[in-house]
Amino acid sequence: MVDTTAQRIVRMEPPRRPERMVELDTMGAVGDAARPLSTAERLLQITGVRRLIVVLVLCLAWQLYAMWLQNNLLFPTLGETLEALYDAVFNGPLVQRTLTSLQILLTGYAAGLAIAGIFTTLAITTRVGTDFLSTLTAMFNPLPAIALLPLALLWFGLGAKSLVFVIIHSVLWAVALNTHSGFTSVSPTLRMAGQNCGLRGISYVAFLLVPAAFPSILTGLKIGWAFAWRTLIAAELVFGVSSRSGGLGWFIFENRNQLEIPSVFAGLLTVIVIGLLVESVIFRSIENVTIRRWGMQS
Amino acid sequence: MAGESTTRAPLLAIDNVTLQYKTEQHLVTATYRVGFEVYEGERFVLLGPSGCGKSTLLKAVAGFMQPVEGQMRLAGAPIERPGSDRMMVFQEFDQLLPWKTVLGNVLFPLLNNRRMPKAEATEHARAVIAKVNLSKFENVYPHMLSGGMKQRVAIARALAMEPKVLLMDEPFAALDALTRRKMQEELKALWDDVGFTVLFVTHSIEEALLVGSRILVMSPHPGRVKAELNADHLGFTDIGTPAFEKVHRRIHDLLFADKIETALATETHNG
Repeated sequence: MVDTTAQRIVRMEPPRRPERMVELDTMGAVGDAARPLSTAERLLQITGVRRLIVVLVLCLAWQLYAMWLQNNLLFPTLGETLEALYDAVFNGPLVQRTLTSLQILLTGYAAGLAIAGIFTTLAITTRVGTDFLSTLTAMFNPLPAIALLPLALLWFGLGAKSLVFVIIHSVLWAVALNTHSGFTSVSPTLRMAGQNCGLRGISYVAFLLVPAAFPSILTGLKIGWAFAWRTLIAAELVFGVSSRSGGLGWFIFENRNQLEIPSVFAGLLTVIVIGLLVESVIFRSIENVTIRRWGMQS
Repeated sequence: MAGESTTRAPLLAIDNVTLQYKTEQHLVTATYRVGFEVYEGERFVLLGPSGCGKSTLLKAVAGFMQPVEGQMRLAGAPIERPGSDRMMVFQEFDQLLPWKTVLGNVLFPLLNNRRMPKAEATEHARAVIAKVNLSKFENVYPHMLSGGMKQRVAIARALAMEPKVLLMDEPFAALDALTRRKMQEELKALWDDVGFTVLFVTHSIEEALLVGSRILVMSPHPGRVKAELNADHLGFTDIGTPAFEKVHRRIHDLLFADKIETALATETHNG
């Protein structure tokens, strides 16, 4: 059986051919010319331009749908919303409200980052710290910050303190988790190179681990920011009622109660626009001067 | 002259060193009672098959792990922790800090150890970068460099610290064959120029013969000393000559004989 199949295979000898030597001649027009892209092609290369097109399409859809619906109590048109926004910015309290919100947000965010920094430094330098952080993160990360609000109100009373507390909770675990996983995924070679270059203790964390884990840290910062922003608006909706100076969430709540629906939409639009600005201006420029320049992200 | 080297104290003395490390399941013995001495100005090569503990031995000399038995002394002082008197060049390209330029990388250990004021350090770093022919790339980030250039930056970073001994862990193993040969030649030229002491780990017999002045041949797992040979008389022009082939064959037989032994050993062990 095996023998017969082996016999059936006829081996083809490749033809024996002469060697050849080639003198290189200069490249023709096809090889070395580069065609410049047309203006339209070049514009579409820019992410911002493509995203702007998406936004414009969405705006158009909104406007058309609302005009067709004809019910500005449920769904005002884009035009009405922008009008309400203009009014709220120049004649109303929107700017004041937004500033109040942002101030509380930044306080909570900064405090959350500081605590996350301490926790992860402890976690990376001692094993007890690692266990402590992983347990706490596993426990508290799934717990929605807003669920702590009733307790926070009891402990810190109505006002900024309670808000800052829930924001810290929402930022802390996301940032700590990402930073720690970034630290642990720094390559052994880079760690040894760092120690070899004379880094110890805090300087090892600050000058080696933090920049090496910066992509993860930045992800943590972004997630933390989104969590904090959401939590803040939600918290203000819940108890902005009794707060002396309400924030953006309170602005939305207030206008809903007065059935000023275009203003509610204006408030929501402000929440979205601020979110977009932080994401695509602040975080993007941080990315551009750090991880993109270093080739850690394309 | 020949008598002087024997009366002179060795720069690096490794005495009966046994190294062990833990994996999740096993306690692995990497080297068993290895001893050798490196003198100033030598190009000392640790040669052995993969898994003979030569890299672990180099990491111990660098201070990243402590021997369970035996002693390691550098210029008379016991080695206890990583230090900038033993700069290491790794095989992996990611040993460079991606967030620093070429100049920043070379400056990094100089500034961390406060070896000299910043202006002086910059001047010194530039001079060393010029020695590895990378002056044009001073302000470029590592991700834009080729593999060979990255290794040259790592060598420059190590040399800038003027270490007592330069540790190299298969630094050219991840490069393509042409670049590897070029880098070996450049390292030799750099040694002729600067005259450092180097402890070099490789699994390539040819590389050991080209780069080294003295070769420690190690047996496979756990690593033990098999032979210590001189290779100072061989260079790049000797490749292919009978003398070169003779030493190559001799080392090959040393390593190959060992493989049969271990094969037999594992066979009997299993049976």
